[in-house]
Amino acid sequence: MTGGVDVIGKTIVRPYGDTTGDGMVQVSFTLPVPADKRAEGAALQLAGKMGLDPAMVVHTRQMGEGFTFFVVYGRVHHLVDLSQVVVAERDFPMLAAKEINALIRQRLRRKLSVVGACIGTDAHTVGIDAILNLKGVAGEKGLEYYREFKVVNLGAQVNVPDLVERARVERADAVLVSQVVTQRDAHLHNTKEMSAAFREAFPAHRRPLLVVGGPRFDELATSELGVDRIFGRGTTPREVASYLVHALIVNRASVGSAA
Amino acid sequence: MTPGPAHGKLNLDPAVVARARALAREAGQPVVELARSHTTVAVERAVLRLAGIHGADPDGIPWVNRLVDAVVADVGLGHGAALPVWDAMAREGIETEKLVGGADLTLLAQKAAAGSVHFGLPSGRAATAAARRGAKRAVAAGIRTIDKRRAERDRMIKRLGDPKQRPWIYLIVATGDIYEDIPQAQAAARAGADVIAVIRSTGQSLLDYVPEGATREGFAGTYATQENFRLMRAALDESSKQLGRYVRLTNYASGLCMPEIATLAGLERLDMMLNDSMYGILFRDINPIRTFVDQRFSRQIHARAGIIINTGEDNYLTTADAVEAAHTVTVSQLLNEYFAHEAGLRDWQLGLGHAFEINPDLPESFRLELAHALLARELFPDAPLKWMPPTKHMTGDVFRGNLLDGFFNLVGTLTGQGILLVGMMTEAVVTPWLSDRDIALQNVRYVLGAAGRLHEDFVPAPGGFIQRRAQEVLAEAVQLLERIASDADVAHHNAPLLNAIADGTFGIMRRPPTAGRGLDGVARHEADYYNPATELLEAAT
Repeated sequence: MTGGVDVIGKTIVRPYGDTTGDGMVQVSFTLPVPADKRAEGAALQLAGKMGLDPAMVVHTRQMGEGFTFFVVYGRVHHLVDLSQVVVAERDFPMLAAKEINALIRQRLRRKLSVVGACIGTDAHTVGIDAILNLKGVAGEKGLEYYREFKVVNLGAQVNVPDLVERARVERADAVLVSQVVTQRDAHLHNTKEMSAAFREAFPAHRRPLLVVGGPRFDELATSELGVDRIFGRGTTPREVASYLVHALIVNRASVGSAA
Repeated sequence: MTPGPAHGKLNLDPAVVARARALAREAGQPVVELARSHTTVAVERAVLRLAGIHGADPDGIPWVNRLVDAVVADVGLGHGAALPVWDAMAREGIETEKLVGGADLTLLAQKAAAGSVHFGLPSGRAATAAARRGAKRAVAAGIRTIDKRRAERDRMIKRLGDPKQRPWIYLIVATGDIYEDIPQAQAAARAGADVIAVIRSTGQSLLDYVPEGATREGFAGTYATQENFRLMRAALDESSKQLGRYVRLTNYASGLCMPEIATLAGLERLDMMLNDSMYGILFRDINPIRTFVDQRFSRQIHARAGIIINTGEDNYLTTADAVEAAHTVTVSQLLNEYFAHEAGLRDWQLGLGHAFEINPDLPESFRLELAHALLARELFPDAPLKWMPPTKHMTGDVFRGNLLDGFFNLVGTLTGQGILLVGMMTEAVVTPWLSDRDIALQNVRYVLGAAGRLHEDFVPAPGGFIQRRAQEVLAEAVQLLERIASDADVAHHNAPLLNAIADGTFGIMRRPPTAGRGLDGVARHEADYYNPATELLEAAT
C-alpha cells in the first residue's frame, strides 16, 4: 500500500467513538478561571482550537478558588496516515527462556554476564529490579531466573565510574541501566555520561552492550545517547533477554561469518 | 481484653501474637545495645544543633559540619563532640553567657574552619565537669524549645481541633520550590487534606549535611531545611486557623542526616516524620550500624517532640510480591514497634506503614488486602496505622487507577486505618496535577461518606478466607522472626538481626555491617563519651 486515501485498506484512520469514521475524542483539562458561563465558553474555545468541532463540555467542576476542571467530548477531523507512522519495531525474535538458555550454552559456551544499575541520583530501582530480579514483572521472571545469565544488580544511585569498574570486574557482556527521574532531563544527561564513560574505558570491540530503559525515553534516540538499545514502558525481562542473545550471539556470529 | 472464644475480628491466637513480640524484642535488643555504645557524626551534629548552632559557610556547608569535622580530625569521634567543643570554648574565652542562641558555637566553628582553634579533651576533673555543664546547659535550652513547640501544638489542637474523621487524609506536595509548595499545600489543606507531606529532593538522603535556608530548586521534591520547615509550618498555621482544624506537616527523618532532621523537625514543630528502622539500610545502602544509631537518637527526639513517626513497610511490597512478602511487612512493623518503644515513643506515635500493592489481576486480591490490613490493625490496636495507596500496579490507565484507588480507600475505612495517603490515578504518569488531586479527594470523600462506618458491620466469617489468611501471614512472620533471632553465625557484633540483614533475609539485598554509606562516620564510645542530649532525653522517660 503506498499512501492514498484508501479507507478500506485502513492506511488512513480516524478516532473511533461508536461509529467508523466519527472522529470522536474525549479530553480533560483545567483552566485557571472560576466555574461559570464564561469558563465553559473558554473551554469550548480551547477545544475548538484543538480541532474539536463540534465540541461538548460534558462536565465542569470548580476546584479551590480560581480553577475549573472540564471534560470535553468532540469530533476531530484530523486523519491519521498509518503509512507515515515511524516506530522502533522489534528487530529481533522473541525467544522462550529455554531457547535463550540453549543459545547461550551452545554458542557462547559460558554464562552471559549482565551488570545492572540505576545511575545518578535516581533512587527508583523498580525498572531495573523488574528486569533483573528473580521475581520479574507481571508474572514473567527476571534475568536472574535464566540459568545461563550471571546477573549483578548494583541497585540505586550508582556512580558511573563504579559502574564501569564493576562491568570490568564482572566481564560484563551487557550493562543495563534504568532511569525513572526525568526532571531537567536527568535521564538523558545521565545516559550520555554513562555511554561516554564506557567508550572511554573500553576499546570498541571489548565494550559491553549498553542498554537503557525507562518510561520516558524515546526508543529511537540510541545514537544520540550513545547506547545500543533503549527500552520503554512495558518492556518485559524476556524481551530484554531475547534482545541480548540476538545482539551478542546471533548477530555477532552472522557478522563474523559474513566477514 | 475481653475473655472469650474469639479474639478481635481475626481470632488471632494471643500466644502467637505474644511470641511474635518476644521474638522482635530478642532480635532488636542486641541492636539497641549497639546503638547505645556507638555514636555517629550525624548524632553529634544533632547535639550541637540542639545547642543552637546554625548557618553555613559561603560554600553552603553548615557550620555544624565544619565544627564536627574539625573535632573528629583532632580528637576522633568516640568522645563525642560536647567535651572537646565546650573545652575549646573555655580555652578560647568565648563568652557563652553573652552569645545566646548558638552564636558562641557558630563563632567557634568559624574559628575551627579557619584553623585557628584546635580541639582536645578537657584535662582534669574540674575542666571536664565545666565542659559537661556548659554543654548540658546549651543542649537543655534546645530541648526546652522542643518542649515549647510541643505545648504550642497541643494548644492549637485544643483550640482548633483534630480532623473530624479517621483516617486522616494525607496529601503530598513536591515542586522543588518551597515558595511553590506553600500555596499548593494551602490549597490541598483547603481541599480537605489533614496532613501535608513535603517530599524531599531525590538523593537528599545520601547528603551528609542538611542544606541551609529556603530552597527553590530540587529534584522531584523540595530539600528538607530548617527554614523550609519554618516557612511551611507558618503557612499551615495560617491555614489551620482559617479552616478551624489543625493541619499537620510531615517530612522525612531518614538517610545520613536522620538525627539532625529529626531535631530540626522538633525545633520547628513538624508533626509527623517518616522514620523507618531499616529502610535506609535496605533501599539506600546506608551502613546498618550508622542507621540503627541514628535511628535511636531520632526516635528519642521524636518521642520528646510529640511527633508521630511513619514507617516505610510499603517499600517491601513495591520491590517484592505483595502476597509472598506480606509477612515481611508484619515483621518490619514488629521490629519498628520494638525500636520505637525502646526509644520512648508511645503507641499513638506509631504510624506503622503498610500498602495496597497486590496485583489486581490476582483472584481474591481485594480479600487478601483486607486480610493484611486487618492483621496490622489487630496487631497494633492503638497505633495510627499509615495506609499507602497502590503504586506498583498503577499502569497509566488512569480510569482503572481511579477504581483501584477507590478499593484502596474502602479497605482503609473498613479496617480503621489512622492515616490515609491519598492515591493518585496518575501515579507513574506525572507528578499530580491540581485536577488529579481533586479527583483523588472526591474518591476519598465518596468512600468515607458512603462507607465510613461500615467497619461496625464488617466482621469476617469465623474460619473464613480473611481470618485464615491473616493467621497464615502472622504464622509466616513468626517463622521469619525465628530465623532472624537465631541467625547467629556471630560474624558481626553478635547481633543476629545484622547477620540476617547481611544475608539478604529482607529481599535480595545483602547489606553487611562492614559496608554501606556513612560507615566512616560511626565510632564506638570511648570511656569518657559524653552526650548531654541522650542524658536529658533518657532522664525523662
